Amino acid sequence: MNVFEYANPTTTKEAAGLLAAQWGEAEILAGGTDLLSLMKNYVATPKRVVSLRGIKELSGITSSASGLRIGAMVTLQELHDHKAVHDDYHSLAHAAGSVPSPQIRNLGTVGGDLCQRPRCWYFRNGFGLLAKDEKGQPLVPAGDNRYHAIFGHPGGSPGAYYVHPSSLAPALITFGARVKVAGPKGEREIPLASFFATPKREGERENVLMPNEIVTEIILAAASKGMLTATYEVRQKEALDWPLATASVALRMSGDKVKSARIVLGHVAPVPWPAHEAEKLLAGQTITEDSAAKAGEAAVRGAKALSGNKYKVQLARVAVKRALLEAAAHGKEGMQHG
Amino acid sequence: MPDAAKVRIAFRVNGSEHIVHAWPMARLLDVLREELRLTGTKEGCGEGECGACAVLLDGALVNSCLVPALHADGASIITIEGVAQGEQLHAVQQAFLEHGGAQCGICTPGMVLAAVNLLEKCPNPTEADIRNGLAGNLCRCTGYMKIFESVVAACKQQR
Ligand SMILES: Cc1cc2nc3c(=O)[nH]c(=O)nc-3n(C[C@H](O)[C@H](O)[C@H](O)COP(=O)(O)OP(=O)(O)OC[C@H]3O[C@@H](n4cnc5c(N)ncnc54)[C@H](O)[C@@H]3O)c2cc1C
Ligand code: FES
Ligand code: FES
Repeated sequence: MNVFEYANPTTTKEAAGLLAAQWGEAEILAGGTDLLSLMKNYVATPKRVVSLRGIKELSGITSSASGLRIGAMVTLQELHDHKAVHDDYHSLAHAAGSVPSPQIRNLGTVGGDLCQRPRCWYFRNGFGLLAKDEKGQPLVPAGDNRYHAIFGHPGGSPGAYYVHPSSLAPALITFGARVKVAGPKGEREIPLASFFATPKREGERENVLMPNEIVTEIILAAASKGMLTATYEVRQKEALDWPLATASVALRMSGDKVKSARIVLGHVAPVPWPAHEAEKLLAGQTITEDSAAKAGEAAVRGAKALSGNKYKVQLARVAVKRALLEAAAHGKEGMQHG
Repeated sequence: MPDAAKVRIAFRVNGSEHIVHAWPMARLLDVLREELRLTGTKEGCGEGECGACAVLLDGALVNSCLVPALHADGASIITIEGVAQGEQLHAVQQAFLEHGGAQCGICTPGMVLAAVNLLEKCPNPTEADIRNGLAGNLCRCTGYMKIFESVVAACKQQR
């Protein structure tokens, strides 16, 4: 690790003032589960580390009639264990509980989960988010791309091929979550669905934050009555890995028919990937093996597999189908209420 | 780099108060091993993937390789050295001994702490609870069944 200064502010405003106007100069430290590894491997080499630990306003979950406010410093375990999250935002609780190992869930925070850096091995080995060789050619299409994107990448051209690592983002987006961020100029609110971005140039990040902005909270509208939700992840093993493909679904129902559906895939593109075609297909339908399978089919239409990750297309297709069937099963059990 | 940049960290480790001076982002793992000479806590991967470095931080199981030492300021920490009461082994330790829960022993401190923490929070775990509770701990000797049986035996013992 390089030499750097450590700052321990007690308010968000103070913290924002300690951040730099350029990426890379300063880094935010939340739980540290990602930042410590990034710094140890010299992927992050900040001159200043700004800890959010001492900022009380970033902690806690508040539940009210208008919905839920989740502080950025809430741990994944707290999120998973919270009663309102468990009862009304089932797919989110499930996603938080599936981040492997109590150790990571006890340290990792919600803000950190959304802002964690990609696990792409080219990025982690110093080739940058766009992973180009010295001639500017992309390394991923011709390299070992078994865990890389099947959507949202530029084929054989330079561009982003990593997958966004957050397990919480897909579920949060299906609930229409908003992110509150604070910077030197004050606060702003962004729909989580437009929070993530694909960098065009090396040096840009994978979200729309300015280098001196901090995620302060996640805002969820009140859960609507009778909404059925599920998250289905496909993992290589149960312990210590990110999913290979994730599908989060949220269904507004009218009787046993779908009024409207939100379906978001995770770990298949540089951003959480909405499956709009599948959403449209389900409107007015009941969820059956057949309609769920067709939605899975629609969700992967347009996927562009790389040389080593064709299997991920099948995983994504099946994840959508199983998430839908699971959500429908919750409805039958009457497990969920709104 | 001048020592002045080091920070003072006061914490409780296994019941006794300690004050150390460390780099702010020094890993809790290194402070425990090098400053306090508590070498029961092991380093495996150094990236949060194996649990060999697990300790209890204010009652929560964490990987000490991912905890900046400064985050332990004011905290109470239990390492493997603090699990037994004098000569009296914890039920989990006794069970690991009797059921072959340790082979080379590198993963054992973390496994034992994960199991101790699990039984504190959930005295009657199901098989799935045990598997989940130990999901962050890797055993390279792959003695997983023996480890699992040791934890089951420790539960019975405690009842
Ligand atoms: C073995 C292992 C397995 C894992 N598996 C999964 C998984 O399956 N799914 C999953 O989603 N995650 C997984 N993770 C990642 C883990 O969930 C994240 O590392 C964690 O949530 C990050 O939170 P943190 O508070 O520790 O972040 P930190 O490490 O403190 O920060 C991570 C990054 O986010 C930035 N940041 C943090 N908080 C904020 C904020 N409030 N505003 C702006 N920027 C911020 C930091 O500057 C840094 O760049 C895994 C991690 C490990 C080590
Ligand atoms: S050494 Fe800390 S988890 Fe492996
Ligand atoms: S006993 Fe050797 S690593 Fe588990």
